[in-house]
Amino acid sequence: MSRKLLLEHINVPGINTLEVYRQKGGYRAVEKALKTLTPEEIVEEVKKSGLRGRGGAGFPTGMKWSFLAKPEGVARYLVCNADESEPGTFKDRYLMTYIPHALIEGMIVSSFALGAKVSYIYVRGEMMPQIRILEKAIAEAKAAGWLGKNILGTGYDLELYVQPGGGAYICGEETALLESLEGKRGNPRIKPPFPAIAGLYGCPTVVNNVESIAAVVPIINDGGDEYAKIGIGRSTGTKLISASGNLVKPGVYEIELGLPVEEFIYSDEYCGGIANGKRLKATVAGGSSVPILPANLTLKYANGEPRLMSYESLSEGGFATGTMMGSGGFIAFDEDQCIVRNTWNFARFYHHESCGQCSPCREGTGWMEKVLHKIEHGHGKMEDVDLLWDIQRKIEGNTICPLGDAAAWPVASAIRHFRDEFEWHIKEPVKSQSQNYGIANYATPIEKTPVTEEK
Amino acid sequence: MLKVEEQTPVVFSSELLAKFDEVKSRYPEDKSKSALLPLLHLVQAEFLWVPTSAMDKVAEYLNIQPIEVYEVATFYTMYFLKPQGKYALEVCRTGPCCLVGAEKILSHLENKLGVKEGEVTADGLFSFRGVECLAACGFGPVLQISPEYTFYENLTEASVDKLIEDLKNK
Repeated sequence: MSRKLLLEHINVPGINTLEVYRQKGGYRAVEKALKTLTPEEIVEEVKKSGLRGRGGAGFPTGMKWSFLAKPEGVARYLVCNADESEPGTFKDRYLMTYIPHALIEGMIVSSFALGAKVSYIYVRGEMMPQIRILEKAIAEAKAAGWLGKNILGTGYDLELYVQPGGGAYICGEETALLESLEGKRGNPRIKPPFPAIAGLYGCPTVVNNVESIAAVVPIINDGGDEYAKIGIGRSTGTKLISASGNLVKPGVYEIELGLPVEEFIYSDEYCGGIANGKRLKATVAGGSSVPILPANLTLKYANGEPRLMSYESLSEGGFATGTMMGSGGFIAFDEDQCIVRNTWNFARFYHHESCGQCSPCREGTGWMEKVLHKIEHGHGKMEDVDLLWDIQRKIEGNTICPLGDAAAWPVASAIRHFRDEFEWHIKEPVKSQSQNYGIANYATPIEKTPVTEEK
Repeated sequence: MLKVEEQTPVVFSSELLAKFDEVKSRYPEDKSKSALLPLLHLVQAEFLWVPTSAMDKVAEYLNIQPIEVYEVATFYTMYFLKPQGKYALEVCRTGPCCLVGAEKILSHLENKLGVKEGEVTADGLFSFRGVECLAACGFGPVLQISPEYTFYENLTEASVDKLIEDLKNK
């Protein structure tokens, strides 16, 4: 069994209450941080831990914190990004539902480290049940003196509020989230200035994902060095992986980074293999935005080395033969799934969620959706595949925020690895309406390339 | 689309206004516009949709222009700009849920309720629509029912039938 830092007590009855959470050692990090550490020391511990943002970008959290401007007399804010909307990702919902105090404890420690007196948890509006859970937990914590004025007699004051979103994927982008929190449409801002300089209400602001903030708790309890011992290379600590699709046991798993992908998919400790005795055709390893990979490249690099669940290993080979860790939304496709249909589905998602601010994204996502719809429904032409390639190239890198890239990558990677399947749909417009292309050679194991001595 | 000329008279009860005041107290005094999204959710929970006349009253309450409310209400997908069924069913239709049968659930709902997506049943009880990812991909197919956003996971055609019967008999 691998070490669990976030979900260790997830199955303890009543762990969602303050009482049981305390019995299991909860709020120790608040005591330690507020009574024995300075804000600078906390930032230092988080830096030492090597924790990387768990929302998708993987930027080192401690470094993000150290960029926060601290002008005299200006409020600073910590905003938790709980706008979990990336298809394939549902770890934050899980954490907030079952162990809400882990997030609240992390928020108190992190707010103290950043000097925030008021902090917000921006939760996507659809998660009303989780909003109710968090509000109840905050009320409990406040009644027990963990929030409010003069926490633990240290003179530190903190108010924590939950803010509901309105149903918009784009608000997971941090500047769109801040716009939304200010009561506006979720249009991302042009950076710079970065939120660390001018964020919420123009004040210095840090925006962190739920899981990143919850991870601060074990980092403070055990020390940054201890946290950094877990994992592999620059992928330190544990990560929550949301596993979905055609798996025997979909769900949320806490893994030590560096776990082989094959073990994650097939071992009984994790997903238990592919459902209904079928074979794996493809995966999306880090949420819908990251490149889709055929089964063989999911399990191994192009040279035959095994692929691991870590930031570096998942992106080994670049976009040519690799993918990304992203948010840890791991989607498995069995041999009966149609890559064209799924690519169309994702394209529709990005078209629906584009905020409309930048032309390449607003127009390009709609265009890709239409072309993919045509191919999927048996009306495609061979040149449509090149057209799709052309459109995605013109979106990527040409927008204010990463939604454009996120829309382009699934289409690009599907064509890169599954071009045969697109072409089959076009050549077989009738058959493709009732049959699937199948697994083809997408699961053919990659042989290890023999190492040859350089002359 | 938002029809600004449409005017359904609305009255905000003192209970609702008290909730408004509590929400407004969460932000710095000159930043009360931050309350806009939560207030629109409160309005929708009360009236089951967000009539333009209610948006105007929210604008008045927050001391902002009506257009600032309209542009927000039309940007975010959760706000209903026309009346829905008493139970508005929202089924996730994004990739991972489709891998485990969400499309079947949507067409089953259409047959079962006898209305198309976005329409309301004759008895006013139900409406349904497909929505994008609800962040419960491992438990799909899923649906939620506003205004409480109660959540139902691992749907089958049989479990959807039972859910609808239960709601009818409620």
